[in-house]
Amino acid sequence: MFYREAGQFKTSYKADQALMPILQDRVGLAVILIIAFAVIPATANDFFLTSIMIPFLVFSLAAIGLNILTGFCGQLSLGTGAFMGVGAYAAYKLTSIFPDANVIVMVLLSGVFSAAIGAVFGLPSLRIKGLYLAVTTLAAQFFLEWCFIRIPWLYNYNASGAIEVPHREVFGIVASGAEATPLARYFIVLGITVFIALLMANVLRGRIGRSWMMIRDMDIAAELMGIRPLRTKLMAFAVSSYICGVAGAMMVFFWLNAAEPSSYSIRLSFQILFMVILGGLGSLSGAFMGAAFIWILPVILKFVPGLMGIDLAAETIEHATFMIVGALIIFFLIVEPHGFARLWAIAKQKLRVWPFPY
Amino acid sequence: MNAIVKEKAVAPEPAAETAKREVLLKVDNVSLSFGGVKAITDISFDIQKGEIRAIIGPNGAGKTSMLNVINGFYHPQEGTITWQGKVRRKMKPYEAASNGIARTFQNVALFKGMTTLDNIMSGRSLKMHRNFFWQLLWHGPAANEEIEHRKKVEEIIDFLEIQAIRKTPVGKLPYGLQKRVELGRALAMEPDLLLLDEPMAGMNLEEKEDMSRFIVDVNQEFGTTIALIEHDMGVVMDLSDRVVVLDYGKKIADGPPEEVQANQDVIDAYLGVSH
Repeated sequence: MFYREAGQFKTSYKADQALMPILQDRVGLAVILIIAFAVIPATANDFFLTSIMIPFLVFSLAAIGLNILTGFCGQLSLGTGAFMGVGAYAAYKLTSIFPDANVIVMVLLSGVFSAAIGAVFGLPSLRIKGLYLAVTTLAAQFFLEWCFIRIPWLYNYNASGAIEVPHREVFGIVASGAEATPLARYFIVLGITVFIALLMANVLRGRIGRSWMMIRDMDIAAELMGIRPLRTKLMAFAVSSYICGVAGAMMVFFWLNAAEPSSYSIRLSFQILFMVILGGLGSLSGAFMGAAFIWILPVILKFVPGLMGIDLAAETIEHATFMIVGALIIFFLIVEPHGFARLWAIAKQKLRVWPFPY
Repeated sequence: MNAIVKEKAVAPEPAAETAKREVLLKVDNVSLSFGGVKAITDISFDIQKGEIRAIIGPNGAGKTSMLNVINGFYHPQEGTITWQGKVRRKMKPYEAASNGIARTFQNVALFKGMTTLDNIMSGRSLKMHRNFFWQLLWHGPAANEEIEHRKKVEEIIDFLEIQAIRKTPVGKLPYGLQKRVELGRALAMEPDLLLLDEPMAGMNLEEKEDMSRFIVDVNQEFGTTIALIEHDMGVVMDLSDRVVVLDYGKKIADGPPEEVQANQDVIDAYLGVSH
């Protein structure tokens, strides 16, 4: 009824190739951005920002990173956690070596290191495909985690073996460290996430995004059409790892304040992979939906019994949350194996022809 | 398919003149084996500029292997391939495209997750050069390049009459249309040599007629040289200028359709003889 493109004629290819050719989509995005940049900062309390919004955005960015590799280029990876760790440790070292530099620039720069390492661990992808490739990326996961523990230089020889985020200011505002306000952190994380998501949307609709999808859908045909498989796959590994690295650096600098090697364990890799699968492989908006489902839903569920006046022990709630989220994952994967992004696309298609079935 | 025969009669270059044409690709004494299995044995033939060349033969004769040799996917153990007057060195499959060879596949090899438009746009990949950083920015050079190539792609979409399915994911299209989109994708590469591996396989009569029409039009309007493998003899004899016949990896006949049709070895290969 209100969602249809009737009357919105395209008179140029430029208009037809716009990121969101339908006006209603653009309005929807604008509303979401206004809520994210104005409404939430004005109304939300510190708990909402630090426990829900900041981790949600960090995970969304990591899911976008993995989605580039797995969803768009078809290369399954279980090394996401380690690549995020590389970003975190690189950002930590960079801020220690250049104490006066802008911390946001350092975080964005740290991704370069994880991009390089990601490209190295992407080399087997020329020969190995599918699940077997996932196993080789496990090597990255375990090797890098070992590095985080065994190379003391990485954590500045701290006795605790953990990295602790230093106090840094950007334009006179405390951006990182224990004194940074949740609001400042939120704005930095939101800014970086939206910025990178927008850049990726651009890449994905152009030549390079298409070459990734060509490799994903039919690698032999892609090769015979002039796509160099190794170069294309390594590029996907590098871009994906860059984004994961930035997400990992944000995770410690603007959310956790301190991190141990175990923060970037295989558990994190799986968590991000589930977000990508549940949100929808090959969809940027799916990355956000998947992250919201896996991160925000359990947090909300923990408060439901309290709000309903049921008095339950904390452990009971914890376990119930696990069970409910697990059941919901199974339910949604049965309803739509292609994830929330596909469900959303189907819903939009139904809206376009409403009230008729087709 | 009579209409096609008539069209060919009024074509600017009748079959008799094809002998004077320039040779585009020449295959000399090529042998290819996989372990102990000999797929191709000592085959020589040429493809001339502007002709439609058919490669036929019973199942397992080595036709598709031959196409794979031509576009660099297989490397023959013996023999040479001369492409546009130069002996070709051993090349990687992705170099075929930059050399101007495009192909379609026997079992459709489209990019299933992408739309028709994106599939055909993917044929332009080699002709687009804006680097990663321009792509990040999109607005400006990258978008202009995209629009410029979109115009070319729209011409192909018009030519193949697939405007209505422009934005449909190809996985949802019926088989006949998928074959057509695949042809469009190969055409988008503006190849010098177009290899078609069974373009009519699994099609009904009407779809075959359409596809034949497109092949003839591609050949005559764009001047593209075409090498095709096909099992429908009516189509092969009507469309092609010259036919090469393979059987058990060996060449048993080569020449204009009428000559090949009358060849006793060909008749034996297709009908079978007691050895």
